Amino acid sequence: MRQPFFAQLPALRANPATAIFAATLLALVLGLAARPAAAGEEATVSIDNFTFSPAEVTVAPGTTVTWVNNDDIPHTVVDKKQAFRSKVLDTEGKYSFTFNTAGDFTYFCSLHPHMTGKVVVKPAG
Amino acid sequence: MTKSDTTTPIADADGIHRRGFLECMTWAGTGILWSLSGGLPSGLGLGSALAAEPAKAFTFLQISDSHVGFDKPANPDALSTLREAVARIKTLKEKPAFMIHTGDISHLSREKEFDDADQIIKEAGIPVFYVPGEHDLLDDGQGKAYLERYGKGAKGAGWYSYDHDGVHFIALVNVVELKAGGLGNLGTEQLEWLESDVAGLPSSTPIVVFAHIPLWTVYPEWGWGTSDGLQALAYLKRFGSVTVLNGHIHQVMQKVEGNVTFHTARSTAFPQPAPGSAPSPGPLKLPAGELRKNLGIVTVNFVRGAQPLAIIDQPLEG
Repeated sequence: MRQPFFAQLPALRANPATAIFAATLLALVLGLAARPAAAGEEATVSIDNFTFSPAEVTVAPGTTVTWVNNDDIPHTVVDKKQAFRSKVLDTEGKYSFTFNTAGDFTYFCSLHPHMTGKVVVKPAG
Repeated sequence: MTKSDTTTPIADADGIHRRGFLECMTWAGTGILWSLSGGLPSGLGLGSALAAEPAKAFTFLQISDSHVGFDKPANPDALSTLREAVARIKTLKEKPAFMIHTGDISHLSREKEFDDADQIIKEAGIPVFYVPGEHDLLDDGQGKAYLERYGKGAKGAGWYSYDHDGVHFIALVNVVELKAGGLGNLGTEQLEWLESDVAGLPSSTPIVVFAHIPLWTVYPEWGWGTSDGLQALAYLKRFGSVTVLNGHIHQVMQKVEGNVTFHTARSTAFPQPAPGSAPSPGPLKLPAGELRKNLGIVTVNFVRGAQPLAIIDQPLEG
């Protein structure tokens, strides 16, 4: 297994304590970049029989919502105000979007626009 | 049917053996059939000016909703049923002048799906006029792939018109920029084009309009209709004979309203449930042996005379 690049730097190799510190710092930075501080929450909306279920979900900022298509027909998930737009989801296809800002997001399926749903993003409490 | 007003669509339930019907059919007979079906008097036909012209008949063909790429339980091989539909076209006694495809050529707008569809459809050996369905606009460019392949010479999202032996054909696109909670949509630009497209035509010109989603409201709960379809029909009101051909709902429905005949075609891929008869409009999985009775093609006969166009649905089997 290859060593982390920072462990190969002479200065760090000379001082294992510094290397461990650097690695911890790096892991922290990477962790922050991958997931916003307030995040961690997840929610799922399933698509069955041309219906988003639940039709409305309320989540805290930073929550990732995942849509799963259980129909034999493709669907899409498109925000009315263009905040997000999935590619086409075939059967068992999934799409995720992380909601970082508070607000109401009304979305629909661009193939079957009679299918609508809503994500309400507001701080818990 | 669940609705009881006069615009209720009439399902294809006459039980007539279609092939035999086609072979022995006369124009007058079809006209009468239509009159009875629509509950309207006969004499809906073309203007008297046209009736004076020498008769010149032609047939054209409609296929729809081939959904090439669909492989779910309702029909694991949509490509082979399209092949069967084209084989049926080749057996027609009178070769159609051309074919219209009323959309959902592909299932997911993939290049291979379009390629496979084209390969089979060209075996029919007649020109093909396309309009897109919502399944044909799923590429990253949201319809760019469709337009590059099928949209040469078309306007906007792919609408156009052409003439054949005195009949004016109008191809409309009602599957782009659909609004949340809404139905099919033509949009202002296309409606303006339509108005000017027919502006110079004498009212005696027979009109055939085709688009993917029905231009009339079949079942709004499932999105089966076009929000501004009435606006389009308003521009066609003065014409003596208007025929509206659609797909999208994967079953035969028809109605006659004034001088306008509405008709939807079967799919060549899979049937969908009658409006409201299932929890959703998803593909209808039928018992073995029933599928091909619910797929099919449409032939449309045009004869200069006093009758509206004759529309004959032919299932792939039965």
